[in-house]
Amino acid sequence: MSDTTQNGPMLAADGTTLKRSLARSLRREKTRALLLISPLLFFVFLSFIVPIVSMLFRSVENSIVQDTLPETVVALQSWDAQSGELPDEDVYAAFVRDMLVAIDEKTHTRLGSRLNYEETGMSSMFRRSGRQIKRLDPVEDAPFKDKLIEIHDGWGEVQTWAVIKTHSVQYTDGYFLNAIDMQRTVDGPAVQPENKQILIQLFWRTLQMSLIITGFCILLGYPVAWILANLPMRTANLLMILVLLPFWTSLLVRTSAWKVMLQQQGVINDVLVWLGMVDDAARLIIINNQIGTIIAMTHILLPFMILPMYSVMQTIPPTYLRAAKSLGASNWTAFWRVYFPQSVPGIGAGSILVFILAIGYYITPEIVGGTKGVFISNRIAYHISSSLNWGLAAALGTILLAAVLILYWAYDKIVGIDNVKLGG
Amino acid sequence: MKKLSPVLVLAAAAVAGSATAQEMTIVSWGGAYSNSQLRAYHEPFSEKTGVTIINDDSSAEAVAKLRAMNEAGNVTWDVVDVVAADAIRLCDEGLAMEIDADTQLAAAPDGTPASEDFGDLLVSDCFIPQIVYSTTFGYRTDLVGDTPPTDVCAVFDTATYPGKRSLEKRPINNMEWALICDGVAFEDVYDVLETEEGQNRALAKLDTIKDDVVWWSAGADTPQLLADGEVIMGSTYNGRLFSVIEEQNQPVAMLWDAQVFDLDGWIIPAGLSEERKQRALEYVYFATDTQRLADQAKYISYGPARASSAPLVGQHADLGIDMAPHMPTDPENAKRTFLYNYEFWADYRDDIDAKFQAWLAQ
Repeated sequence: MSDTTQNGPMLAADGTTLKRSLARSLRREKTRALLLISPLLFFVFLSFIVPIVSMLFRSVENSIVQDTLPETVVALQSWDAQSGELPDEDVYAAFVRDMLVAIDEKTHTRLGSRLNYEETGMSSMFRRSGRQIKRLDPVEDAPFKDKLIEIHDGWGEVQTWAVIKTHSVQYTDGYFLNAIDMQRTVDGPAVQPENKQILIQLFWRTLQMSLIITGFCILLGYPVAWILANLPMRTANLLMILVLLPFWTSLLVRTSAWKVMLQQQGVINDVLVWLGMVDDAARLIIINNQIGTIIAMTHILLPFMILPMYSVMQTIPPTYLRAAKSLGASNWTAFWRVYFPQSVPGIGAGSILVFILAIGYYITPEIVGGTKGVFISNRIAYHISSSLNWGLAAALGTILLAAVLILYWAYDKIVGIDNVKLGG
Repeated sequence: MKKLSPVLVLAAAAVAGSATAQEMTIVSWGGAYSNSQLRAYHEPFSEKTGVTIINDDSSAEAVAKLRAMNEAGNVTWDVVDVVAADAIRLCDEGLAMEIDADTQLAAAPDGTPASEDFGDLLVSDCFIPQIVYSTTFGYRTDLVGDTPPTDVCAVFDTATYPGKRSLEKRPINNMEWALICDGVAFEDVYDVLETEEGQNRALAKLDTIKDDVVWWSAGADTPQLLADGEVIMGSTYNGRLFSVIEEQNQPVAMLWDAQVFDLDGWIIPAGLSEERKQRALEYVYFATDTQRLADQAKYISYGPARASSAPLVGQHADLGIDMAPHMPTDPENAKRTFLYNYEFWADYRDDIDAKFQAWLAQ
């Protein structure tokens, strides 16, 4: 007790002030905690943050035109695309010099594919012209204007140069414009011709159908979760396995099984015809359309709804219901006024989970969706793997990500995110 | 963690070590097709050289994956099987290595240089042709009545042949067939399809059967739909129909009329190390010689890409039937064939696909 009689700050055993000693040990604690989670942080950073940022970046990045045709881009700056006249010889000469370098590095065809997204025909124009431009000499063969036009008519069209000029910026909004059925032209953004508009329609359809699927999951999942939560443990566990079993089956298997069930010569139609409920000549069409997608996806996503609902309902004491009833509430009132409000956090968590999963689904719609039941993600997959228009795919993905974040924010405003629980 | 790390290092070393051994990864389409390559090419090649071959069934996404690998600077594939259109794109993007047919591929047994033996089928500087396949129609013999179709336009004739048809969910081939059945001559099809009116004309023709079409996206869909009786006719690759008819004995027959010829073959990815490149070249030299290409036809009904292989095509290895009459190139089947125009689709693919998908969604 001699410390209390001393003047000055309290000292720790090693003679430093207690305050500093405490701060040091807290810091050590924090560093240790940080070190412990650092593998996870590192993993999340590498596998999550970096790909998303690079995707976001890809949707605006457009350096390929400048990198491949640096001199042409500079020369085109003094040309007025709206004048209706071809650029002068300077541009053509610069273009030949750029192309000779590009052909040597085999990047001219890559630029052709890029510009072909904007103007049909560019791909073969660059590929074919490349073979002949290769033989030109940048000094002796001048002037080039007529020679190039002779190699390919396209070089004599104002539109060709206008496209190159329009898309020569380092960062472009072109992909985002394409993603909402518009395009970048010399005169600024313009709407795509009507017969090419599809993406906005797909965005709406994706949102609508995801909402419908979420709604069906709530309707079907709520009673199941309620039964699970109120049965004795042993029976509940057995039933739980039935909920989880599809969860452990491959997604493709489940989707293909729906195909067998739903097709016109499938199990459901066969049974209905056999029972005489449906005429053999008028079998139901319940696959390769929106109905097929809704049925299959509701089934596939149902466990994601039931599990959070179940774990929330388990924590609601049954005594509350009994108390309500003993105070004179009818069965319905007791459920609606006492039980249901307490289960809302489970519905919220399940709905967010199902909706966000549904909005990005693509395998199931691809297999059972036909033409009217496909989602925007099917288009993203097409642009990633078939058309290789990764910029557009990235822009579509970014819009989808933004839509999810906005909906999440709206949910937080309306229901409150604190009101979401995955369990007790 | 301290105890774990040496183990991790060892594991990493083991993974890295195994990749440098005598091993190569060959990418193909999977299923019966990969199996035919395994038996005709991979097994004899492994026996001859001792190289272990790893199969990867990723050809459907080959272009996208090769581009991603190339950007990441880590190409893990050695030889890739792709359709000609993809080979052209890979070559355009600088993702595939250029091949000189005469010096890097085997000459025919009679000394004809490879470039002549393959002839027009060398559609790209990077492409080593392997087979000729066709996209054509099969129909249910028991569901078409007494007058089985002989003309591709039966697809558009829902009055005579009521029932569903399956078509691929993309414009390629469908637009051509639509125009042919709308009265356009074979040689004019691509000239017409170049114009906006021509594209609308093709879509208008397809519109007449839109409600009767099941759209497929995987080659196995049509055979399954035919077997289930979901559709009465449908397009797919001729080899798939061969296996439905001959191997599974389904009541299905081929409608060879206006079959669309296409090519499939090898490319070697750009940017391989010298050692891997040499091994890949050794493989394609071996696997695309006259005998080997003829051997593949023992297992699947696709025509060998070399002129010199055609006379060597024999019988199916397991079924014992003559393969020549099942080849898309057989004169009896090739009375009316349509040639896929690679350059046209390289240019118009994005444009027409957008219109086609917008039409589908209407």
